[in-house]
Amino acid sequence: MIQFDDVSKRYEGGHTALNHLSFQIERNEMVFLTGHSGAGKSTLLKLIMMMERPTSGQVFVDGKNLNRLPARKIPEHRRGVGVVFQNHQLLFDRSVFDNVALPLIIAGFQPRDVGRRVRAALDKVGLLDKEKKNPITLSGGEQQRVGIARAVVNKPALLLADEPTGNLDPELSAEIMHLFEQFNQVGVTILIASHDLSLIARLPHRLISLKAGQLLRPEVA
Amino acid sequence: MSATPTRRQPKRSLAPVREPGAGASISPVQLKDRWRGYWANQKVVARQTLLRLVAQPASSMMTVLVIGIALALPVVMLVSLSNIEQLGRGWDGAARISLFLKRDVSDDNARGLADRLEQRKDIAAVQFTSASEALDEFRQLSGYGEVLDSLESNPLPGVLVVTPAGGDVDADTSRTLFDELSMLPDVDQAKLDLEWVQRLHAMMDIGKRISLSLGFLLSLGVLLVIGNTIKLAIEARRDEIVVVKLVGGTDAFVRRPFLYTGFWYGLGGGITAWLILQFSMLLLAGPVSMLSGLYESEYSLTGLGFGNTLMLWLTSGFLGWMGAWLVVRRQLKSIEPR
Ligand SMILES: Nc1ncnc2c1ncn2[C@@H]1O[C@H](COP(=O)(O)OP(=O)(O)O)[C@@H](O)[C@H]1O
Ligand SMILES: [Mg+2]
Repeated sequence: MIQFDDVSKRYEGGHTALNHLSFQIERNEMVFLTGHSGAGKSTLLKLIMMMERPTSGQVFVDGKNLNRLPARKIPEHRRGVGVVFQNHQLLFDRSVFDNVALPLIIAGFQPRDVGRRVRAALDKVGLLDKEKKNPITLSGGEQQRVGIARAVVNKPALLLADEPTGNLDPELSAEIMHLFEQFNQVGVTILIASHDLSLIARLPHRLISLKAGQLLRPEVA
Repeated sequence: MSATPTRRQPKRSLAPVREPGAGASISPVQLKDRWRGYWANQKVVARQTLLRLVAQPASSMMTVLVIGIALALPVVMLVSLSNIEQLGRGWDGAARISLFLKRDVSDDNARGLADRLEQRKDIAAVQFTSASEALDEFRQLSGYGEVLDSLESNPLPGVLVVTPAGGDVDADTSRTLFDELSMLPDVDQAKLDLEWVQRLHAMMDIGKRISLSLGFLLSLGVLLVIGNTIKLAIEARRDEIVVVKLVGGTDAFVRRPFLYTGFWYGLGGGITAWLILQFSMLLLAGPVSMLSGLYESEYSLTGLGFGNTLMLWLTSGFLGWMGAWLVVRRQLKSIEPR
Protein backbone atom coordinates (compact mmCIF):
# COMPACT_ATOMS: atom_id res chain seq x y z
CA MET A 1 0.00 0.00 0.00
CA ILE A 2 2.84 2.35 0.91
CA GLN A 3 6.38 2.03 -0.31
CA PHE A 4 9.30 4.36 0.39
CA ASP A 5 12.26 3.88 -1.89
CA ASP A 6 15.49 5.51 -0.70
CA VAL A 7 13.60 8.65 0.26
CA SER A 8 15.35 11.74 1.58
CA LYS A 9 13.76 15.00 2.56
CA ARG A 10 15.80 18.08 3.19
CA TYR A 11 13.95 21.21 4.22
CA GLU A 12 14.91 24.62 3.02
CA GLY A 13 17.50 25.78 5.48
CA GLY A 14 19.41 22.55 5.13
CA HIS A 15 17.82 20.39 7.79
CA THR A 16 17.58 16.74 6.71
CA ALA A 17 14.36 15.31 8.13
CA LEU A 18 14.47 11.96 6.30
CA ASN A 19 17.68 10.29 5.28
CA HIS A 20 17.68 7.55 2.61
CA LEU A 21 14.61 5.87 3.99
CA SER A 22 13.18 2.64 2.55
CA PHE A 23 10.28 0.57 3.88
CA GLN A 24 7.01 -0.93 2.83
CA ILE A 25 3.53 -1.23 4.33
CA GLU A 26 1.22 -3.90 3.00
CA ARG A 27 -2.45 -3.51 2.26
CA ASN A 28 -4.63 -3.95 5.40
CA GLU A 29 -1.68 -3.59 7.74
CA MET A 30 -1.80 -1.50 10.87
CA VAL A 31 1.58 0.05 11.61
CA PHE A 32 2.92 2.38 14.28
CA LEU A 33 5.50 4.94 13.39
CA THR A 34 7.59 5.89 16.40
CA GLY A 35 10.62 7.92 17.23
CA HIS A 36 11.59 10.86 19.36
CA SER A 37 10.37 14.32 18.61
CA GLY A 38 12.06 15.60 15.48
CA ALA A 39 12.83 12.13 14.15
CA GLY A 40 10.86 12.80 10.98
CA LYS A 41 7.50 11.12 11.64
CA SER A 42 5.36 14.06 10.54
CA THR A 43 7.55 14.61 7.53
CA LEU A 44 7.01 11.01 6.48
CA LEU A 45 3.23 11.40 6.70
CA LYS A 46 3.40 14.70 4.82
CA LEU A 47 5.18 12.98 1.96
CA ILE A 48 2.36 10.44 1.74
CA MET A 49 -0.19 13.28 1.80
CA MET A 50 1.84 15.21 -0.78
CA MET A 51 2.02 18.16 1.58
CA GLU A 52 5.72 17.94 0.89
CA ARG A 53 7.73 16.44 -1.97
CA PRO A 54 10.81 14.26 -1.34
CA THR A 55 14.19 15.77 -2.13
CA SER A 56 15.23 12.42 -3.59
CA GLY A 57 13.85 8.90 -3.78
CA GLN A 58 10.37 7.72 -4.56
CA VAL A 59 7.14 7.27 -2.64
CA PHE A 60 4.47 4.86 -3.88
CA VAL A 61 0.92 4.85 -2.57
CA ASP A 62 -1.42 2.17 -3.82
CA GLY A 63 0.97 1.52 -6.69
CA LYS A 64 1.08 5.19 -7.75
CA ASN A 65 4.45 6.88 -7.92
CA LEU A 66 3.79 10.20 -6.22
CA ASN A 67 6.74 11.82 -7.99
CA ARG A 68 4.86 11.34 -11.25
CA LEU A 69 1.64 12.82 -9.90
CA PRO A 70 1.14 16.38 -11.19
CA ALA A 71 -0.02 19.08 -8.78
CA ARG A 72 -3.53 19.08 -10.19
CA LYS A 73 -3.94 15.42 -9.19
CA ILE A 74 -3.08 16.10 -5.54
CA PRO A 75 -6.68 16.73 -4.42
CA GLU A 76 -7.82 13.44 -5.92
CA HIS A 77 -4.93 11.66 -4.21
CA ARG A 78 -5.80 13.22 -0.84
CA ARG A 79 -9.43 12.19 -1.19
CA GLY A 80 -8.23 8.59 -1.14
CA VAL A 81 -6.31 9.05 2.11
CA GLY A 82 -7.90 9.81 5.47
CA VAL A 83 -5.85 11.84 7.97
CA VAL A 84 -6.20 12.46 11.67
CA PHE A 85 -4.16 15.21 13.29
CA GLN A 86 -3.04 15.78 16.81
CA ASN A 87 -4.76 19.15 16.83
CA HIS A 88 -7.66 17.56 14.91
CA GLN A 89 -8.00 20.58 12.54
CA LEU A 90 -11.71 20.91 13.15
CA LEU A 91 -13.60 24.01 12.04
CA PHE A 92 -15.33 25.77 14.89
CA ASP A 93 -17.63 27.84 12.70
CA ARG A 94 -19.87 24.86 11.95
CA SER A 95 -21.48 21.84 13.53
CA VAL A 96 -19.95 18.42 14.07
CA PHE A 97 -22.12 17.16 11.21
CA ASP A 98 -20.80 19.80 8.79
CA ASN A 99 -17.21 19.09 9.82
CA VAL A 100 -17.57 15.42 9.07
CA ALA A 101 -19.53 16.10 5.87
CA LEU A 102 -16.77 18.26 4.36
CA PRO A 103 -14.85 15.46 2.55
CA LEU A 104 -18.11 14.16 1.07
CA ILE A 105 -19.19 17.56 -0.18
CA ILE A 106 -15.76 18.03 -1.70
CA ALA A 107 -16.02 14.64 -3.39
CA GLY A 108 -19.37 15.69 -4.86
CA PHE A 109 -21.77 13.41 -3.00
CA GLN A 110 -25.46 14.17 -3.15
CA PRO A 111 -27.05 15.59 0.01
CA ARG A 112 -29.03 12.44 0.87
CA ASP A 113 -25.88 10.28 0.63
CA VAL A 114 -23.98 12.83 2.70
CA GLY A 115 -26.47 12.58 5.56
CA ARG A 116 -26.43 8.80 5.52
CA ARG A 117 -22.66 8.48 5.48
CA VAL A 118 -21.97 11.20 8.03
CA ARG A 119 -24.33 9.53 10.50
CA ALA A 120 -22.75 6.15 9.84
CA ALA A 121 -19.29 7.59 10.56
CA LEU A 122 -20.45 9.41 13.68
CA ASP A 123 -22.13 6.24 14.85
CA LYS A 124 -18.87 4.33 14.50
CA VAL A 125 -17.01 6.79 16.73
CA GLY A 126 -19.94 6.93 19.16
CA LEU A 127 -20.91 10.56 18.61
CA LEU A 128 -24.22 10.21 16.82
CA ASP A 129 -25.98 12.29 19.47
CA LYS A 130 -23.52 15.19 19.06
CA GLU A 131 -23.99 15.89 15.37
CA LYS A 132 -25.66 19.29 15.87
CA LYS A 133 -23.14 20.55 18.41
CA ASN A 134 -20.27 22.86 17.70
CA PRO A 135 -17.03 20.88 18.13
CA ILE A 136 -15.69 23.59 20.42
CA THR A 137 -18.18 22.43 23.06
CA LEU A 138 -16.82 18.87 23.00
CA SER A 139 -14.07 17.34 25.15
CA GLY A 140 -10.61 16.67 23.73
CA GLY A 141 -11.33 12.98 23.25
CA GLU A 142 -14.62 13.72 21.53
CA GLN A 143 -13.00 16.26 19.24
CA GLN A 144 -10.41 13.69 18.27
CA ARG A 145 -13.16 11.22 17.45
CA VAL A 146 -14.88 13.83 15.27
CA GLY A 147 -11.56 14.15 13.46
CA ILE A 148 -11.49 10.37 13.00
CA ALA A 149 -15.06 10.34 11.72
CA ARG A 150 -14.10 12.98 9.16
CA ALA A 151 -11.06 10.94 8.14
CA VAL A 152 -13.07 7.77 7.52
CA VAL A 153 -16.34 9.21 6.22
CA ASN A 154 -15.15 8.96 2.62
CA LYS A 155 -14.16 5.31 3.28
CA PRO A 156 -10.51 5.73 2.32
CA ALA A 157 -8.38 2.64 1.80
CA LEU A 158 -5.57 4.30 3.77
CA LEU A 159 -5.79 6.11 7.08
CA LEU A 160 -2.94 8.18 8.52
CA ALA A 161 -2.79 9.61 12.01
CA ASP A 162 -0.20 12.02 13.39
CA GLU A 163 0.00 11.84 17.17
CA PRO A 164 -3.74 11.20 17.47
CA THR A 165 -3.51 10.69 21.22
CA GLY A 166 -0.99 13.44 21.90
CA ASN A 167 -3.26 15.48 24.14
CA LEU A 168 -5.29 12.70 25.69
CA ASP A 169 -5.02 10.79 28.96
CA PRO A 170 -4.05 7.08 28.79
CA GLU A 171 -7.59 5.77 29.03
CA LEU A 172 -8.89 7.93 26.20
CA SER A 173 -5.79 7.14 24.18
CA ALA A 174 -6.45 3.42 24.47
CA GLU A 175 -10.04 4.04 23.34
CA ILE A 176 -8.87 5.93 20.29
CA MET A 177 -6.39 3.19 19.39
CA HIS A 178 -9.13 0.62 19.72
CA LEU A 179 -11.19 2.64 17.28
CA PHE A 180 -8.34 2.52 14.77
CA GLU A 181 -8.11 -1.25 15.22
CA GLN A 182 -11.79 -1.53 14.38
CA PHE A 183 -11.29 0.31 11.12
CA ASN A 184 -8.28 -1.87 10.39
CA GLN A 185 -10.48 -4.92 10.84
CA VAL A 186 -12.76 -3.84 8.02
CA GLY A 187 -9.83 -3.55 5.67
CA VAL A 188 -8.41 -0.06 6.06
CA THR A 189 -4.62 0.21 5.98
CA ILE A 190 -3.52 2.28 8.95
CA LEU A 191 -0.32 4.17 9.78
CA ILE A 192 -0.16 5.94 13.12
CA ALA A 193 2.69 8.21 14.16
CA SER A 194 3.11 8.31 17.90
CA HIS A 195 5.86 8.67 20.47
CA ASP A 196 3.65 7.21 23.19
CA LEU A 197 5.66 4.00 23.54
CA SER A 198 3.92 2.78 26.67
CA LEU A 199 0.66 2.69 24.76
CA ILE A 200 2.05 1.23 21.55
CA ALA A 201 4.00 -1.51 23.31
CA ARG A 202 0.79 -3.09 24.53
CA LEU A 203 -0.66 -3.38 21.02
CA PRO A 204 0.21 -6.19 18.62
CA HIS A 205 1.12 -4.18 15.57
CA ARG A 206 4.25 -3.68 13.56
CA LEU A 207 6.52 -0.79 14.52
CA ILE A 208 8.55 1.40 12.26
CA SER A 209 10.99 3.37 14.36
CA LEU A 210 12.76 6.47 13.17
CA LYS A 211 15.84 8.11 14.53
CA ALA A 212 17.13 11.25 12.92
CA GLY A 213 15.35 10.42 9.70
CA GLN A 214 16.60 6.85 9.48
CA LEU A 215 15.12 3.47 10.35
CA LEU A 216 15.96 1.77 13.59
CA ARG A 217 15.75 -2.00 13.64
CA PRO A 218 12.30 -2.96 14.96
CA GLU A 219 13.85 -4.96 17.82
CA VAL A 220 15.60 -1.85 19.10
CA ALA A 221 12.44 0.21 19.37
CA MET B 1 21.67 2.55 6.19
CA SER B 2 18.17 1.46 5.25
CA ALA B 3 16.56 -1.60 6.69
CA THR B 4 13.24 -3.15 5.81
CA PRO B 5 11.27 -4.15 8.85
CA THR B 6 10.46 -7.82 8.82
CA ARG B 7 7.62 -8.22 11.29
CA ARG B 8 4.48 -8.20 9.20
CA GLN B 9 0.88 -8.94 9.80
CA PRO B 10 -0.79 -11.61 7.72
CA LYS B 11 -2.64 -10.08 4.82
CA ARG B 12 -6.37 -9.93 5.06
CA SER B 13 -8.40 -10.84 2.03
CA LEU B 14 -10.92 -8.08 2.68
CA ALA B 15 -10.46 -5.58 -0.14
CA PRO B 16 -10.39 -1.95 0.87
CA VAL B 17 -13.56 -0.12 0.15
CA ARG B 18 -13.40 1.97 -3.02
CA GLU B 19 -15.76 4.87 -3.31
CA PRO B 20 -16.29 7.76 -5.70
CA GLY B 21 -13.47 10.20 -5.36
CA ALA B 22 -11.10 7.59 -4.08
CA GLY B 23 -10.16 5.68 -7.17
CA ALA B 24 -9.13 5.88 -10.75
CA SER B 25 -11.97 3.85 -12.23
CA ILE B 26 -15.27 5.65 -11.95
CA SER B 27 -18.38 4.23 -13.52
CA PRO B 28 -20.62 6.47 -15.66
CA VAL B 29 -23.36 6.28 -13.05
CA GLN B 30 -21.01 7.62 -10.43
CA LEU B 31 -19.84 10.30 -12.82
CA LYS B 32 -23.42 11.41 -13.37
CA ASP B 33 -23.96 11.43 -9.63
CA ARG B 34 -20.87 13.51 -9.09
CA TRP B 35 -21.93 15.90 -11.80
CA ARG B 36 -25.25 16.36 -9.98
CA GLY B 37 -23.36 16.75 -6.74
CA TYR B 38 -21.23 19.41 -8.41
CA TRP B 39 -24.25 21.46 -9.40
CA ALA B 40 -25.86 20.94 -6.04
CA ASN B 41 -22.65 22.35 -4.53
CA GLN B 42 -22.78 25.38 -6.85
CA LYS B 43 -26.29 26.16 -5.64
CA VAL B 44 -25.41 25.57 -2.02
CA VAL B 45 -22.33 27.80 -2.23
CA ALA B 46 -24.28 30.54 -4.04
CA ARG B 47 -26.87 30.53 -1.29
CA GLN B 48 -24.41 30.20 1.58
CA THR B 49 -22.22 33.07 0.41
CA LEU B 50 -25.25 35.31 -0.09
CA LEU B 51 -26.62 34.45 3.36
CA ARG B 52 -23.21 35.11 4.87
CA LEU B 53 -23.17 38.62 3.36
CA VAL B 54 -26.72 39.30 4.51
CA ALA B 55 -25.86 38.03 7.99
CA GLN B 56 -23.29 40.82 8.44
CA PRO B 57 -25.06 43.73 6.76
CA ALA B 58 -22.90 46.45 8.30
CA SER B 59 -19.63 45.44 6.67
CA SER B 60 -21.11 44.17 3.40
CA MET B 61 -23.31 47.25 2.95
CA MET B 62 -20.21 49.43 3.13
CA THR B 63 -18.56 47.59 0.25
CA VAL B 64 -21.77 47.40 -1.77
CA LEU B 65 -22.36 51.14 -1.31
CA VAL B 66 -18.85 52.04 -2.42
CA ILE B 67 -19.24 49.92 -5.54
CA GLY B 68 -22.74 51.27 -6.15
CA ILE B 69 -21.65 54.89 -5.99
CA ALA B 70 -18.64 54.23 -8.20
CA LEU B 71 -20.84 52.61 -10.83
CA ALA B 72 -23.65 55.15 -10.47
CA LEU B 73 -21.44 58.05 -11.51
CA PRO B 74 -20.81 56.99 -15.12
CA VAL B 75 -24.28 55.48 -15.44
CA VAL B 76 -26.02 58.69 -14.36
CA MET B 77 -23.79 60.66 -16.72
CA LEU B 78 -24.54 58.42 -19.69
CA VAL B 79 -28.26 58.44 -19.01
CA SER B 80 -28.22 62.25 -18.73
CA LEU B 81 -26.36 62.54 -22.02
CA SER B 82 -28.74 60.25 -23.82
CA ASN B 83 -31.62 62.33 -22.49
CA ILE B 84 -30.03 65.53 -23.71
CA GLU B 85 -29.39 63.88 -27.04
CA GLN B 86 -33.04 62.96 -27.31
CA LEU B 87 -34.01 66.54 -26.49
CA GLY B 88 -31.61 67.72 -29.16
CA ARG B 89 -33.20 65.39 -31.67
CA GLY B 90 -36.55 67.09 -30.99
CA TRP B 91 -34.82 70.37 -31.82
CA ASP B 92 -33.29 69.33 -35.07
CA GLY B 93 -35.67 71.89 -36.59
CA ALA B 94 -33.36 74.40 -34.96
CA ALA B 95 -31.11 73.84 -37.96
CA ARG B 96 -33.81 75.56 -39.95
CA ILE B 97 -32.87 78.10 -42.54
CA SER B 98 -34.72 81.38 -42.40
CA LEU B 99 -35.06 83.15 -45.79
CA PHE B 100 -35.93 86.84 -45.46
CA LEU B 101 -37.59 87.83 -48.71
CA LYS B 102 -37.04 91.04 -50.63
CA ARG B 103 -39.68 93.71 -50.12
CA ASP B 104 -40.99 93.58 -53.67
CA VAL B 105 -41.86 89.88 -53.49
CA SER B 106 -45.63 89.54 -53.28
CA ASP B 107 -47.25 87.06 -50.94
CA ASP B 108 -48.42 85.01 -53.96
CA ASN B 109 -44.93 84.82 -55.40
CA ALA B 110 -43.62 83.90 -51.99
CA ARG B 111 -46.14 81.05 -51.72
CA GLY B 112 -45.13 79.89 -55.20
CA LEU B 113 -41.50 79.88 -54.16
CA ALA B 114 -42.40 77.96 -51.02
CA ASP B 115 -44.23 75.33 -53.10
CA ARG B 116 -41.32 74.97 -55.47
CA LEU B 117 -38.80 74.63 -52.65
CA GLU B 118 -40.95 72.06 -50.92
CA GLN B 119 -40.62 69.81 -54.00
CA ARG B 120 -36.89 69.48 -53.44
CA LYS B 121 -35.59 66.26 -51.97
CA ASP B 122 -33.24 67.95 -49.51
CA ILE B 123 -36.03 70.02 -48.03
CA ALA B 124 -38.57 68.59 -45.64
CA ALA B 125 -40.89 71.54 -45.18
CA VAL B 126 -41.25 75.21 -45.99
CA GLN B 127 -43.37 77.51 -43.92
CA PHE B 128 -44.31 80.97 -45.19
CA THR B 129 -44.97 83.86 -42.88
CA SER B 130 -46.11 86.94 -44.72
CA ALA B 131 -44.97 90.41 -43.71
CA SER B 132 -48.31 91.26 -42.13
CA GLU B 133 -48.49 87.96 -40.29
CA ALA B 134 -45.01 88.60 -39.00
CA LEU B 135 -46.09 92.02 -37.81
CA ASP B 136 -49.11 90.58 -36.01
CA GLU B 137 -47.00 88.01 -34.32
CA PHE B 138 -44.50 90.58 -33.25
CA ARG B 139 -47.24 92.86 -32.00
CA GLN B 140 -48.59 90.09 -29.80
CA LEU B 141 -45.30 88.93 -28.44
CA SER B 142 -43.59 92.24 -27.89
CA GLY B 143 -46.42 94.33 -26.50
CA TYR B 144 -45.27 97.29 -28.61
CA GLY B 145 -48.70 97.36 -30.26
CA GLU B 146 -49.19 101.15 -30.19
CA VAL B 147 -45.75 101.95 -31.41
CA LEU B 148 -46.22 99.59 -34.32
CA ASP B 149 -49.60 101.08 -35.15
CA SER B 150 -47.97 104.46 -35.55
CA LEU B 151 -45.63 103.14 -38.23
CA GLU B 152 -46.64 104.00 -41.75
CA SER B 153 -45.36 100.87 -43.41
CA ASN B 154 -44.60 97.38 -42.20
CA PRO B 155 -40.84 97.20 -41.49
CA LEU B 156 -40.82 93.41 -41.42
CA PRO B 157 -40.14 91.25 -44.49
CA GLY B 158 -41.91 88.04 -45.40
CA VAL B 159 -40.07 84.97 -44.24
CA LEU B 160 -39.72 81.42 -45.55
CA VAL B 161 -38.62 78.96 -42.88
CA VAL B 162 -36.99 75.99 -44.55
CA THR B 163 -36.53 72.68 -42.72
CA PRO B 164 -33.81 70.58 -44.32
CA ALA B 165 -34.67 66.94 -44.93
CA GLY B 166 -32.99 64.18 -42.98
CA GLY B 167 -33.38 63.55 -39.29
CA ASP B 168 -29.93 64.27 -37.99
CA VAL B 169 -28.39 67.63 -38.51
CA ASP B 170 -25.57 67.22 -40.93
CA ALA B 171 -23.54 70.39 -40.95
CA ASP B 172 -22.20 70.03 -44.52
CA THR B 173 -25.45 69.36 -46.35
CA SER B 174 -27.20 72.09 -44.41
CA ARG B 175 -24.38 74.45 -45.33
CA THR B 176 -24.61 73.64 -49.06
CA LEU B 177 -28.35 74.05 -48.99
CA PHE B 178 -27.93 77.31 -47.18
CA ASP B 179 -25.47 78.64 -49.77
CA GLU B 180 -27.80 77.68 -52.58
CA LEU B 181 -30.88 79.22 -51.02
CA SER B 182 -29.18 82.48 -50.21
CA MET B 183 -28.43 82.94 -53.96
CA LEU B 184 -32.13 82.84 -54.90
CA PRO B 185 -33.15 86.12 -56.54
CA ASP B 186 -36.16 86.65 -54.23
CA VAL B 187 -34.11 86.17 -51.11
CA ASP B 188 -32.71 89.23 -49.42
CA GLN B 189 -30.90 87.50 -46.63
CA ALA B 190 -30.61 83.93 -45.35
CA LYS B 191 -29.82 82.85 -41.82
CA LEU B 192 -28.67 79.41 -40.78
CA ASP B 193 -29.16 78.60 -37.15
CA LEU B 194 -26.80 75.68 -36.90
CA GLU B 195 -23.81 76.50 -34.81
CA TRP B 196 -25.23 75.80 -31.42
CA VAL B 197 -26.52 72.44 -32.60
CA GLN B 198 -23.03 71.56 -33.74
CA ARG B 199 -21.64 72.72 -30.46
CA LEU B 200 -24.18 70.66 -28.60
CA HIS B 201 -23.22 67.59 -30.54
CA ALA B 202 -19.54 68.15 -29.97
CA MET B 203 -20.14 68.61 -26.27
CA MET B 204 -22.22 65.45 -26.14
CA ASP B 205 -19.41 63.61 -27.80
CA ILE B 206 -16.91 64.85 -25.25
CA GLY B 207 -19.34 64.07 -22.45
CA LYS B 208 -19.78 60.53 -23.66
CA ARG B 209 -16.07 59.99 -23.89
CA ILE B 210 -15.57 61.38 -20.41
CA SER B 211 -18.25 59.10 -18.96
CA LEU B 212 -16.84 56.09 -20.72
CA SER B 213 -13.30 56.67 -19.51
CA LEU B 214 -14.68 57.49 -16.08
CA GLY B 215 -16.61 54.24 -16.23
CA PHE B 216 -13.46 52.40 -17.16
CA LEU B 217 -11.43 53.93 -14.34
CA LEU B 218 -14.15 53.40 -11.79
CA SER B 219 -14.53 49.80 -12.93
CA LEU B 220 -10.86 49.33 -12.14
CA GLY B 221 -11.60 50.89 -8.76
CA VAL B 222 -14.44 48.43 -8.26
CA LEU B 223 -12.08 45.57 -9.11
CA LEU B 224 -9.65 46.81 -6.47
CA VAL B 225 -12.31 47.31 -3.82
CA ILE B 226 -13.72 43.83 -4.35
CA GLY B 227 -10.25 42.36 -4.57
CA ASN B 228 -9.33 43.87 -1.24
CA THR B 229 -12.56 42.74 0.40
CA ILE B 230 -12.05 39.21 -0.86
CA LYS B 231 -8.46 39.26 0.32
CA LEU B 232 -9.66 39.99 3.84
CA ALA B 233 -12.30 37.27 3.52
CA ILE B 234 -9.64 34.77 2.50
CA GLU B 235 -7.46 35.71 5.46
CA ALA B 236 -10.42 35.27 7.78
CA ARG B 237 -11.07 31.78 6.42
CA ARG B 238 -7.51 30.56 6.31
CA ASP B 239 -8.16 27.61 8.65
CA GLU B 240 -11.04 26.44 6.55
CA ILE B 241 -8.99 26.63 3.36
CA VAL B 242 -6.20 24.56 4.91
CA VAL B 243 -8.63 21.87 6.07
CA VAL B 244 -10.44 21.81 2.73
CA LYS B 245 -7.15 21.34 0.91
CA LEU B 246 -6.11 18.62 3.37
CA VAL B 247 -9.19 16.54 2.75
CA GLY B 248 -8.81 16.84 -1.00
CA GLY B 249 -10.65 19.98 -2.04
CA THR B 250 -9.68 21.05 -5.53
CA ASP B 251 -8.57 24.60 -6.22
CA ALA B 252 -11.90 25.17 -7.95
CA PHE B 253 -13.74 24.03 -4.84
CA VAL B 254 -11.69 26.34 -2.62
CA ARG B 255 -12.12 29.28 -5.00
CA ARG B 256 -15.85 28.88 -5.48
CA PRO B 257 -17.20 30.58 -2.34
CA PHE B 258 -14.93 33.57 -2.87
CA LEU B 259 -15.88 33.95 -6.52
CA TYR B 260 -19.55 33.85 -5.56
CA THR B 261 -18.94 36.38 -2.81
CA GLY B 262 -17.28 38.69 -5.34
CA PHE B 263 -20.20 38.20 -7.70
CA TRP B 264 -22.73 39.08 -5.01
CA TYR B 265 -20.79 42.21 -4.07
CA GLY B 266 -20.67 43.28 -7.71
CA LEU B 267 -24.35 42.55 -8.29
CA GLY B 268 -25.27 44.36 -5.09
CA GLY B 269 -23.22 47.34 -6.28
CA GLY B 270 -24.95 47.25 -9.68
CA ILE B 271 -28.39 47.24 -8.07
CA THR B 272 -27.33 50.07 -5.77
CA ALA B 273 -26.12 52.08 -8.79
CA TRP B 274 -29.50 51.48 -10.43
CA LEU B 275 -31.32 52.66 -7.31
CA ILE B 276 -29.17 55.80 -7.24
CA LEU B 277 -30.07 56.42 -10.87
CA GLN B 278 -33.80 55.96 -10.21
CA PHE B 279 -33.56 58.32 -7.28
CA SER B 280 -31.78 61.05 -9.25
CA MET B 281 -34.35 60.72 -12.03
CA LEU B 282 -37.11 61.15 -9.50
CA LEU B 283 -35.44 64.34 -8.30
CA LEU B 284 -35.09 65.63 -11.87
CA ALA B 285 -38.56 64.66 -13.08
CA GLY B 286 -40.19 67.82 -11.69
CA PRO B 287 -37.78 70.41 -13.13
CA VAL B 288 -37.67 68.60 -16.46
CA SER B 289 -41.42 68.53 -16.95
CA MET B 290 -41.47 72.27 -16.16
CA LEU B 291 -38.70 72.90 -18.68
CA SER B 292 -40.39 70.85 -21.37
CA GLY B 293 -43.58 72.79 -20.64
CA LEU B 294 -41.71 76.01 -21.41
CA TYR B 295 -40.51 74.58 -24.71
CA GLU B 296 -44.00 73.39 -25.54
CA SER B 297 -42.66 69.90 -26.05
CA GLU B 298 -43.85 66.71 -24.47
CA TYR B 299 -40.63 65.48 -23.01
CA SER B 300 -40.08 63.14 -20.12
CA LEU B 301 -36.89 61.54 -18.84
CA THR B 302 -35.88 58.14 -20.18
CA GLY B 303 -34.14 55.75 -17.81
CA LEU B 304 -31.86 52.82 -18.58
CA GLY B 305 -34.60 50.59 -19.94
CA PHE B 306 -34.86 46.88 -19.30
CA GLY B 307 -32.02 45.70 -21.53
CA ASN B 308 -29.48 48.20 -20.25
CA THR B 309 -30.46 47.60 -16.63
CA LEU B 310 -29.87 43.91 -17.13
CA MET B 311 -26.58 44.76 -18.80
CA LEU B 312 -25.55 46.94 -15.86
CA TRP B 313 -26.29 44.18 -13.37
CA LEU B 314 -24.54 41.51 -15.37
CA THR B 315 -21.52 43.72 -15.91
CA SER B 316 -21.29 44.62 -12.24
CA GLY B 317 -21.71 40.99 -11.23
CA PHE B 318 -18.99 40.03 -13.65
CA LEU B 319 -16.73 42.79 -12.34
CA GLY B 320 -17.18 41.39 -8.83
CA TRP B 321 -16.43 37.87 -9.95
CA MET B 322 -13.39 39.11 -11.84
CA GLY B 323 -12.07 41.17 -8.91
CA ALA B 324 -12.37 38.12 -6.68
CA TRP B 325 -10.76 35.85 -9.24
CA LEU B 326 -7.70 38.08 -9.63
CA VAL B 327 -7.03 37.99 -5.89
CA VAL B 328 -8.10 34.43 -5.18
CA ARG B 329 -5.79 33.00 -7.78
CA ARG B 330 -2.73 34.54 -6.16
CA GLN B 331 -3.84 34.35 -2.55
CA LEU B 332 -4.87 30.70 -2.42
CA LYS B 333 -1.53 29.50 -3.70
CA SER B 334 0.11 30.88 -0.59
CA ILE B 335 -2.23 28.96 1.70
CA GLU B 336 -1.13 25.35 1.81
CA PRO B 337 -1.42 22.83 4.63
CA ARG B 338 1.89 22.55 6.52
N1 LIG C 1 8.70 23.02 7.34
C1 LIG C 1 9.91 22.71 7.88
N2 LIG C 1 10.96 23.49 7.58
C2 LIG C 1 12.17 23.20 8.10
N3 LIG C 1 12.42 22.18 8.92
C3 LIG C 1 11.39 21.36 9.27
C4 LIG C 1 10.08 21.60 8.75
N4 LIG C 1 9.26 20.65 9.25
C5 LIG C 1 10.03 19.86 10.03
N5 LIG C 1 11.31 20.29 10.05
C6 LIG C 1 12.44 19.65 10.74
O1 LIG C 1 12.53 18.33 10.30
C7 LIG C 1 12.77 17.47 11.38
C8 LIG C 1 11.72 16.40 11.44
O2 LIG C 1 10.50 17.01 11.81
P1 LIG C 1 9.15 16.20 11.96
O3 LIG C 1 8.96 15.39 10.73
O4 LIG C 1 8.08 17.14 12.32
O5 LIG C 1 9.47 15.23 13.17
P2 LIG C 1 8.48 14.52 14.18
O6 LIG C 1 7.11 14.58 13.63
O7 LIG C 1 9.03 13.12 14.28
O8 LIG C 1 8.62 15.22 15.49
C9 LIG C 1 12.80 18.31 12.65
O9 LIG C 1 14.14 18.54 13.00
C10 LIG C 1 12.16 19.60 12.24
O10 LIG C 1 12.75 20.67 12.90
MG1 LIG D 1 5.41 15.43 14.40
